Amino acid sequence: MLALSSVSAAYGSFQALFSVSLEIKRGEAVGVIGPNGAGKTTLMRVISGLIAAHEGTMTLEGRAITGLPAHQVVEQGIAHVPENRRLFPALSVEENLRIGAFIPSARARFSERLDWVYQLFPRLKERRAQLAGTMSGGEQQMCAIARALMSKPKVLLMDEPSAGLAPLVVAQVFELVRKIRAEGLTVLIVEQNVQQVLEVVDRAYLLEVGAIRLAGSAAELKQNSVIREAYMGL
Amino acid sequence: MDIYLLEAIINGILLGGVLALLALGLNLIFGVVDVVWICYADIVMCGMYAIYFLYAQYGVPLPLACAIAISGLAGLGVLVHVLIIAPVLRSPPLNQLLATGGLLFFLQSFATLLFGTDFRNIGVRLPVLEVATMYLSFARLIAFAISLVGAVALYFFLKRTYLGTAIRAIAQDREIVGLMGIDDRRIYLAVSAIGGALAGLAACLLALQYDVHPFIGNTFGPVIFMICVLGGLGNMIGGFIASFVISQIIAIGGYYGSTELSYVFAFTFFIVLMLIRPRGLFAP
Ligand SMILES: Nc1ncnc2c1ncn2[C@@H]1O[C@H](COP(=O)(O)OP(=O)(O)O)[C@@H](O)[C@H]1O
Ligand SMILES: [Mg+2]
Repeated sequence: MLALSSVSAAYGSFQALFSVSLEIKRGEAVGVIGPNGAGKTTLMRVISGLIAAHEGTMTLEGRAITGLPAHQVVEQGIAHVPENRRLFPALSVEENLRIGAFIPSARARFSERLDWVYQLFPRLKERRAQLAGTMSGGEQQMCAIARALMSKPKVLLMDEPSAGLAPLVVAQVFELVRKIRAEGLTVLIVEQNVQQVLEVVDRAYLLEVGAIRLAGSAAELKQNSVIREAYMGL
Repeated sequence: MDIYLLEAIINGILLGGVLALLALGLNLIFGVVDVVWICYADIVMCGMYAIYFLYAQYGVPLPLACAIAISGLAGLGVLVHVLIIAPVLRSPPLNQLLATGGLLFFLQSFATLLFGTDFRNIGVRLPVLEVATMYLSFARLIAFAISLVGAVALYFFLKRTYLGTAIRAIAQDREIVGLMGIDDRRIYLAVSAIGGALAGLAACLLALQYDVHPFIGNTFGPVIFMICVLGGLGNMIGGFIASFVISQIIAIGGYYGSTELSYVFAFTFFIVLMLIRPRGLFAP
């Protein structure tokens, strides 16, 4: 579905990703874990075209997406829920969702998508007229995910969706990831919440200092001593 | 109340309409592109010349002349963005200021070179209405009404359309709008065109009331900036309200003193307010 081959990226002269390769199959949920500053967010940004890779290639369903600007990557079928949600705080919930359906293909089926998203997030329907910035962190995260889903993506990128949320809400977010998978979406999810993310993904990569250190199935990684000690505190 | 004071107040409200239109345009561009068009009032001047030549010199019917001026300035807005703003978009604010400030001097000098420093009037004489012994200029009433229609149209455009929602979104978080499938460069062009068209509409309304000359921008340009800063740069509603505050000060100041003095009042008010509320009247 989505494949990265030897992708490197930098901020100015500071290299943040070193020859990262990964592959996600259709319908799979894959996690990326790693410490702060490892380059997880950078990886997501490179895939969605917010920053350019200076090396390597990326393909979606076999078609090259390397070098496409972000607004064209969305049209190819990749939606990105950014770190810290990044809702438009002074737009209403429904306006945020409308912006999520900005691309022509989504705009044409806006009401259909909206119904589907509201069915997935009944809470957002109740809050449709409220300014997004005035909702609780959990509701905002739901709205950010819903906004990304409005474009009818094939692949959903999520950057730390559980960050900064209360434990109960974190559980809800992971429950949602399960639901989204059940809808047939392919998911790439970055998380610091290693224990919980390994419960919802099929496989995961460990990213450290901009390079992939370890990869394996969720079951394997849960048993891996490095991961258990450094990332699960066991 | 003194009937002349009431007349001054009403004229102040009428003046506020056109100022509000220009404040909306400037704030829209600043909010979205993050660049202040120092030359905004001089773009209005270009529009006034366009109407003058089309209507008074070549006999084009006034509505058509206005339509041409509005679309012409929309095009000029796009040109300004592409030629002047886009190259300095990532430069320090000072460079951007110098670029649009340079354009101000360019436009004024160019107009002087082409048209001389004569004051020119399009020669449309609209009646003066007498309402309850007050004299109200019909041109001002029309200008006010059309400005409000323009402002309301802009409001619904920003509120109801995809493009308008995208414009509001980009003003809130420009880094991630790409993730929504929005091409920021196209939004910048659209906003520059809308800003130009608003300047064009204002040019039509001002041409009915004032003579055009190369430096007419200097008479209301500084007032518009003052209004935008007072309302909070980029805050469209704040700028809209501030337009009426400033126009009232100018009108009432003019009533008690003189026109020149009224501007002194307005700028004094502005400076004092900036000392008390440096981020504008409506900053939280
Ligand atoms: N905009 C930026 N400019 C310069 N360096 C950056 C920028 N964003 C991130 N970095 C650096 O790149 C590295 C990776 O950051 P990031 O991808 O955000 O890591 P993570 O998401 O894994 O915490 C860090 O060392 C960070 O300081
Ligand atoms: Mg991060």
